[in-house]
Amino acid sequence: MPVNYIPRRFTVIRDKDLCINCGCCVRQCSNECHLFADDGKTVISRSDECVACHRCVDLCPTHALRIEKYVCDYRENANWTPQYQQEICRQAETGGVLLSGMGTPKPYPVYWDKILLNASQVTNPSIDPLREPMEIRTILGRKPEKLTVEKKGKSTVKMPPQVILETPVMFSAMSFGSISLNAQKSLAMAAKELGTLFNVGEGGLHPDLAPYTDRAVVQVASGRFGVHSDYLNNSRFVEIKIGQGAKPGIGGHLPGEKVSVEVSNARMIPEGSDAISPAPHHDIYSIEDLRQLIWAVKQATGNTKPVSVKIAAVHNVAAIVSGCARAGADIVAIDGFRGGTGAAPVRIRDNVGIPVELALASADQRLRDEGIRSTVSLVAAGSFRCSADIVKAIALGADACYCASAPLIAMGCHMCQTCNTGKCNWGIATQRPELTKRLNPEIMYKRVVNLITAWNHEIKEIMGGMGINSVDSLRGNRLMLRGIGLSEKELEILGIKHAGE
Amino acid sequence: MKRIYAIEELCLNCRLCEVYCKTAHSLSKDVIKANKSEDPAPASRVTVYGDNFLSAALNCRHCDDPKCVKACITGAMTKDKKTGIVYVDENKCIGCLTCVAVCPYGCIKAGKTAVKCDLCRNEDGPACVKNCPNHALVYTEEGGENR
Amino acid sequence: MLKEGQIRIPSGCAIAAIIDRKGGMINGSEIIKSIALMHDRSNGLGGGFAAYGIYPEHKDEYAFHIFYENSQAHTACEEFLFKHFNIDAAERIPTKTVDSISNGPDIWRYFGRVNRVRMKNSRLDESEYVVQCVTKINSAYEGAYIFSSGKNMGCFKAVGYPEDVGEFYMLDKYDAYLWTAHGRFPTNTPGWWGGAHPFNILDWSIVHNGEISSYDTNRRYIEQFGYKCTMQTDTEVITYLFDHLIRHHGLPVNVAADVLTAPEWDEIDRMDPERKEYFTNLRAIYSGALVNGPFSVILGSNKGLLAINDRLKLRSLTAALKGDRAYFASEESAIRIICPEPDKVWSVSGAEPVFIPLEIKEREDA
Repeated sequence: MPVNYIPRRFTVIRDKDLCINCGCCVRQCSNECHLFADDGKTVISRSDECVACHRCVDLCPTHALRIEKYVCDYRENANWTPQYQQEICRQAETGGVLLSGMGTPKPYPVYWDKILLNASQVTNPSIDPLREPMEIRTILGRKPEKLTVEKKGKSTVKMPPQVILETPVMFSAMSFGSISLNAQKSLAMAAKELGTLFNVGEGGLHPDLAPYTDRAVVQVASGRFGVHSDYLNNSRFVEIKIGQGAKPGIGGHLPGEKVSVEVSNARMIPEGSDAISPAPHHDIYSIEDLRQLIWAVKQATGNTKPVSVKIAAVHNVAAIVSGCARAGADIVAIDGFRGGTGAAPVRIRDNVGIPVELALASADQRLRDEGIRSTVSLVAAGSFRCSADIVKAIALGADACYCASAPLIAMGCHMCQTCNTGKCNWGIATQRPELTKRLNPEIMYKRVVNLITAWNHEIKEIMGGMGINSVDSLRGNRLMLRGIGLSEKELEILGIKHAGE
Repeated sequence: MKRIYAIEELCLNCRLCEVYCKTAHSLSKDVIKANKSEDPAPASRVTVYGDNFLSAALNCRHCDDPKCVKACITGAMTKDKKTGIVYVDENKCIGCLTCVAVCPYGCIKAGKTAVKCDLCRNEDGPACVKNCPNHALVYTEEGGENR
Repeated sequence: MLKEGQIRIPSGCAIAAIIDRKGGMINGSEIIKSIALMHDRSNGLGGGFAAYGIYPEHKDEYAFHIFYENSQAHTACEEFLFKHFNIDAAERIPTKTVDSISNGPDIWRYFGRVNRVRMKNSRLDESEYVVQCVTKINSAYEGAYIFSSGKNMGCFKAVGYPEDVGEFYMLDKYDAYLWTAHGRFPTNTPGWWGGAHPFNILDWSIVHNGEISSYDTNRRYIEQFGYKCTMQTDTEVITYLFDHLIRHHGLPVNVAADVLTAPEWDEIDRMDPERKEYFTNLRAIYSGALVNGPFSVILGSNKGLLAINDRLKLRSLTAALKGDRAYFASEESAIRIICPEPDKVWSVSGAEPVFIPLEIKEREDA
């Protein structure tokens, strides 16, 4: 066996006093970290392949297991950190691009943590959401510039197709292929119960999701996988995916070994063939081409569905968002660079793009400067960890938020960042049948429903504290936000004042 | 009657049902003592067969017309008329294991006496069902003996 | 210290209004008596009145009321005004010395018509032209502030208790068919005259009690359409919302009121299909114009008087009818002191705006 230049990352600690040798961990670890000793009875562990997914820890009936960071010191060097050295060794061994899953783990500023919320005192009563109506219903879609009426009580305006959400939280795009059908089904069931939407990504629409198509967002991405007339029409709205926050500017690659019969049917590609999404849409080389594609999608759906355009947050995001809106997008989704992914080149994920907070703030302001903000919907994506993040995003100007990592965590994901290996022990980011069956949609959809229900309660509580009883009055209400420890420039871009001001 | 059914598509092969069955039928009712130190060690009434790809937990069916009851030579094996539960009176069982031989499902184990599922005989359902992490075991009226 | 416009100052208040539907004249002393009763609701940091029908001899001309803080501002502002309007008359607004009101600006009024050549060149319609001229002076001319710009109407305001402000401007010398009044209780003390209510643009004037929690949503919505919220007050933003909805979008006054105080979704979901569609469309299109938080607002105009209350009824507002007259006030007592036996008295509901249209048509040509 060749010498491995990289020390392992974790150590599995087994408390022998507690271990009952039931072997649960042995059977649950797809990385084969646990095994029976020669006696066939005693369970032992080797930690080389441990990714700290905690499957064994959480299932151990006696809590005999613990994962510890494996500490192996290098000579101190603030520049050549162990991580860079290890990555070099990995590349020296494989000659390949470094891949990883989930959003960037780098300590870039999280602006949500540097923004504080307001509450009412004296001059304005706070509202108790348990006693008073508290509205979080959100309507997405293109709005006419003005209402026309015959008289009070009778509208004569012709409304473009609208989407009513009972919460400003939607589930972001995750394709069948990148996640398991059971995971997708759980999200679909949760979306139906919550009155929100899930997004099938660019993986096509599996027939099992038929009961949930009125809650589905279907994507048209650069690979055009699974796109046909029925696909477009079996949806609540259609999203043209230009880019993804975790990997702006590059396409996607689902290796052939993951293209099972089911995946191949949904994507309409041969079984076992690599599913490669090109970096650009090869029919969109400029904004006017986007307009044509939007028009084509609207034609294909008989103008019955809003069309969304999802872009990655990049440097010139405000102008791009404005361009998308003018090209006919009814909804523009901005995906910040902390957003998750099933697999992305590490260098891209960790270095390309900008945070969603800044992108959202500048795009919202740009649309307002141009006087078109009220006619188009703006959706923010890219790592919302809790209800307060959602409230802050809406106050910065978002109509709704796309969340993916949070519902995945509710389903068992532990952010081990090895989605790309296809060995997800929680049955989420894998197509291996012995692993996907670990995710029972009947259990998991309820956990997702619980999570979003809890967030809804919290959003209402926060709004009530501000003296606001409709999310409409929170949207773009930046006076409810204050920065803490931010520079003048950051405050200017976010359009907020500093705490104490 | 309410019976336990195994859903093999959901079975993880984790075998925690066995761990919790042993615990439920132990003296201490403590998961560590029951599975590690108790003497005599309690036996699991449920057994998972298969591997990670296909597995299922096998349990007594509590047949409507149980062969084990008919075959029992001491009257230790009885079917409760009210609850339908088939169980062994360990004071009467002499360990002849005739029941083991006649059970068509292989769900009676041989110990010093016959060992079999008694549905935990408590209000809130059998321990294996309660502790199955993926709801691969269900305890329900529907289905009948042969589901 | 920063003054209003540089910083946002929440305030609580007292409001009152009287309208004669048939256009009968009401002396200023009546409204002063009404607002004076609610003395405790203001703290001497702002009071004001709006009066409609007070300049019949200039009824086809814009009446600009302007505060000047210094002579340079006076000169610069007049230069602008004379260039953009044909001014017929200019005078100091007559005032009387009142002990409690001091340190005031120089207060002038001008009557004039738009300069048609300039207006044509600007390619704006008349009302837009006037609004832009007013906005220009108020945002770019330091020390000059136009606080009234309608026709045959005028606002009178100052830092002080409202009854003192009424005495200062000698409002008992004016007769109007519609009066609104305001006493202010700001939670900060900049003492700027422009910050007092009513707030006015063209013929619209607003008095307002409350602090709206949707302020920045509303501000950022309305600023999309060329408005500039220079005052940072709730009243200003509500005025602009009405102006935009009624003047730019052509909505009837009662539909504009629905936009600001739209019913809750729970209620909308139970409505008949026609009304459900109306309110769903209204809320979808104007989500940024929904006003949230405690407020009671009285909107005066030459079309009539509109009173609205917030959706949760967090602020008091009482209405009363007596013959051709309608009365509104934050407290019922303020109505009864000038109208002891009204035909009908009720509390304005959050869900149902009250609109009292003026039954005479003023200025058909406008």
